[in-house]
Amino acid sequence: MIRVVLPYHLRNLARVNGEVTLDVEGAVSVRSVLDALEARHPVLRGTIRDHVTRKRRDFVRFFACGEDLSLDPAEAELPRAVAEGREPLMVVGAMAGG
Amino acid sequence: MSGVRVLVGTKKGAFVLTSDGKRKNWDVAGPHFAGWEMYHVSGSPADPDRLYASQTSGWFGQVVQRSNDGGKTWEPVDNKFAYDGVPGTHKWYDGTQHPWEFKRVWRLEPSLSDPDTVYAGVEDAAMFKTTDGGKSWAELPALRTVKGDLWQPGAGGMGLHTILLDAKQPDRMFIAISAGGAFRTEDGGKSWKAMSKGLLSKYELPDPAAEVGHCVHCIAMHPTRPNTLFMQKHWDVMRSDDAGETWREISGDLPTDFGFPISVHAHEPETIYVVPIKSDSEHYPPEGKLRVYRSRTGGDQWEPLTNGLPQKDCYVNVLRTAMAVDALEDCGVYFGTTGGQVYASADSGDHWTPIVRDLPAVLSVSVQTLR
Repeated sequence: MIRVVLPYHLRNLARVNGEVTLDVEGAVSVRSVLDALEARHPVLRGTIRDHVTRKRRDFVRFFACGEDLSLDPAEAELPRAVAEGREPLMVVGAMAGG
Repeated sequence: MSGVRVLVGTKKGAFVLTSDGKRKNWDVAGPHFAGWEMYHVSGSPADPDRLYASQTSGWFGQVVQRSNDGGKTWEPVDNKFAYDGVPGTHKWYDGTQHPWEFKRVWRLEPSLSDPDTVYAGVEDAAMFKTTDGGKSWAELPALRTVKGDLWQPGAGGMGLHTILLDAKQPDRMFIAISAGGAFRTEDGGKSWKAMSKGLLSKYELPDPAAEVGHCVHCIAMHPTRPNTLFMQKHWDVMRSDDAGETWREISGDLPTDFGFPISVHAHEPETIYVVPIKSDSEHYPPEGKLRVYRSRTGGDQWEPLTNGLPQKDCYVNVLRTAMAVDALEDCGVYFGTTGGQVYASADSGDHWTPIVRDLPAVLSVSVQTLR
């Protein structure tokens, strides 16, 4: 079971409280976690990554286990602690403007 | 019983202001979608309980919301605005070509007859349409074939901000794009024509015959006279009496002809409103006096409307989609400011009162007349 922490505005949009927990089949990567997240909450499509290019939006960042994983390839495997549900994948709205 | 619903989009949420036909006491509901930029909120003329809202954020992109109960509750609908085919390129600031990239929805214009059909004006400028209440959006791509490679964003972004629907000819629409120009379709968006003859932007566009690139801030039309269009351009207030084929200047005795919105009185097709702004360098009213100017002669002769508006130390702006009218017997006029005030007049502009004073900066105001 994968744990995902969403930023405030996306929790509101998806109407969830606290963490989201997901089952991810196969390799656990940012891409596979986001695929599962968007399948569960279709309203999040286009808000974390672009609808068409599937690229991370500029002011969204990914963190896990104290590391900034935003610039890693989307298909790179996430740390074992995330894959085993001991640590969450954090989707964070970057500090940018008012 | 008659009433009015004023739909206000701000930099940090949407607000729904309602009143009865007297328009003295107002109920303020909101913020809806708190913290998000609400570029436009609009109601269906065919079903006043059906509303659409453009919710956008520099972080999380575009969301479109729909209400079926007049704004009490909302549900997100499809937010995928994919340009048709290979998007192509438009002109960039350095003169090179730049790929079309979707940024946000500036305008949501519901059809006059079908609550499920809505036109969306977006940045980078293009027009989309839904016929299923927002479950899916498809581009009307012919618009971008009108010299789209020459369109170039201005400082405010290359947004399609105005969509006027012709009640007499449902396939005819007029649209305007910031720093792109104004365009007309006669066939529901299958083909478009630039409406530029008579527009002059001498410093930005030295070529007087330039079809595209005019920075049109807003166009307005009275529903009974769809061949007469009024335009607030970057500089100049303009008028066309042949559905945009030709334009003539009607700035007349305005203190400045720079500004953003323009509106037409609901019952007097020759009565129009603008809010003069000092200049493109100083986006606030001249002399710190917030004045709406009204012409009852279709332009050229203008009178300042000041009763109830601040006449000193006022340095707000009124953005291009932030003025609207209602259709009650005594026409109501409304506008919102970047200082967060929404002003209303229940007597065609003679007297003004703020409905609210301290909202976030107002991006858009639209009005529903409820009967």
